[in-house]
Amino acid sequence: MKEARGKVFRYGDNVDTDVIIPARYLATSEPSELAKHCMEDIDKNFIKNVHQGDIIVAQKNFGCGSSREHAPIAIKAAGVSCVIAETFARIFYRNAINIGLPIVECKEAAEAIQAGDTVSVNFDTGLITDETTGQTFQGQSFPPFMQKLIDAGGLIPYINSQE
Amino acid sequence: MGMTMTQKILAAGAGLNHVEAGQLIEANLDLVLGNDITAPVAIKEMDRFRKPGVFDQDKIALVPDHFVPAKDIKSAENCKCVREFARRNIITNYFEVGQMGIEHALLPEQGLVSPGDVIIGADSHTCTYGALGAFSTGVGSTDMAAGMATGKAWFKVPSAIRFNLHGKLNKWVSGKDVILHIIGMIGVDGALYQSMEFAGEGVSSLSMDDRFTIANMAIEAGGKNGIFPVDDRAKEYLAKHPTRKPDGTLTAQDAGDVYEADPDAEYTAVYDIDLSTIRPTVSFPHLPENAKTFDEIPDIEIQQVVIGSCTNGREQDLEQAAKILTGRHIKEGLRCIVIPATEKIYLTALHEGWLETFIKAGCVVSTPTCGPCLGGYMGILAAGERCVSTTNRNFVGRMGDVTSEIYLASPATAAASAIAGKIADPTVY
Ligand code: SF4
Repeated sequence: MKEARGKVFRYGDNVDTDVIIPARYLATSEPSELAKHCMEDIDKNFIKNVHQGDIIVAQKNFGCGSSREHAPIAIKAAGVSCVIAETFARIFYRNAINIGLPIVECKEAAEAIQAGDTVSVNFDTGLITDETTGQTFQGQSFPPFMQKLIDAGGLIPYINSQE
Repeated sequence: MGMTMTQKILAAGAGLNHVEAGQLIEANLDLVLGNDITAPVAIKEMDRFRKPGVFDQDKIALVPDHFVPAKDIKSAENCKCVREFARRNIITNYFEVGQMGIEHALLPEQGLVSPGDVIIGADSHTCTYGALGAFSTGVGSTDMAAGMATGKAWFKVPSAIRFNLHGKLNKWVSGKDVILHIIGMIGVDGALYQSMEFAGEGVSSLSMDDRFTIANMAIEAGGKNGIFPVDDRAKEYLAKHPTRKPDGTLTAQDAGDVYEADPDAEYTAVYDIDLSTIRPTVSFPHLPENAKTFDEIPDIEIQQVVIGSCTNGREQDLEQAAKILTGRHIKEGLRCIVIPATEKIYLTALHEGWLETFIKAGCVVSTPTCGPCLGGYMGILAAGERCVSTTNRNFVGRMGDVTSEIYLASPATAAASAIAGKIADPTVY
């Protein structure tokens, strides 16, 4: 997918992996099961209202806490097409790239975009457009090595292609 | 330009003479770790590799510890998946219930961590092993799978923050107070993508258990790893914890690959910390950075105390709690749950009489498990309940209901609080 487009769910600083997917649901790793409880402890209505393609916008340190890959898996399985944040916690960042959940760091977009706005993200250029307000923002592009991982469809296909 | 401790280890792991912050490298791994939550996801992923099998059966550690002994059928299935994978691949370091412990307390104890090692674990608190001068960091299950298959991982070389420690800790103040103080100072993203390097003459006064606690919580400041220099005390620890080979023989740890930061290494920030000024510190809900000392803490009634976890379930931790609880009883109506982090620590607690102290004081003592730390089982909080816990995260809902509250503290503060039935200063003992 080269572009994401959808409605925005907006959250604040330090959204941690325990609220993205609480540990009480970790006995399973089935994406569709995990998606049912995605964001439950921070936003009970998220899973009721989210549609395929929607976008999460958050502020600093998104995905902090545990290394559970269940967190990006739950977000992806819930239908989210992209997460935009000022910064990501490093393990979440790694996991998202490894499993193929698009993420973009952009302070200005994270601040300006409001809940409910319709936003599109062009992954080739890093350009973020808030279609509701007409504002555009330049997201950070990935270093070439990470871009290769993403293009390959994640870490494992990348390794397979190297051998 | 010089390199930091972490950069030197990564350079050696990648077979390079020099690395710089921001550089992407591929390093050889000395150990790959997973637990009963993260390993099953990685094991499933293993089937997707074109080349089957693991890179080295001696360099993988599988530790079911989060929901064990299995708390429900799904957990039992996860454990079974890990057990069968370990058997199939003849994994040397698989630890069954009864011989296990919480992974980050267990691996150093079992002699599986050497200075200079490059270690990844599919668990965020893998950063604990920096206490022994290793580079170790948490990753996800896909990285774990790739590590098990290829023995390699990609890293972005981190920049570092340096913490120069001076002086000595006062009575009833421990590594937990130091790290809560630091996180309070720099915030939960204060070390994002960076190493936290500890140095200075104050290091030598810290026990190994203090150092494990401090390195363990580097992730709570957003850090990629926390790392200590390898001094005589660390070497003594390594000598006392040899590696057990599959045939039962013990091999001494090599303390050969000790890396020191270059004098001209670059740091994004340098902090000087006088250990003698650190006081018992408590982190209030719902972030570890909400650190407070007792002059700022009002009377807060609590219903539960947890003493355990990969942060504070070691010998020194139980000893401190036992000292305070000797001849005393916990507050009526309060639950105090004590969880030694490994079977070996459990046995020491038995021999030293700490278990008896805990039970006589009215505490529950459990077999090693993560249990309540991540809200798994063995002490889940009901709506509105408050807990003083020696664990490492006080996020919303981490230990139970979303309206429950976790106050992070040292074992001494936790024991004093169990007696008082409210958050209490241990220095009165
Ligand atoms: S004790 Fe808690 S923090 Fe440590 S490994 Fe277990 S769940 Fe994670």
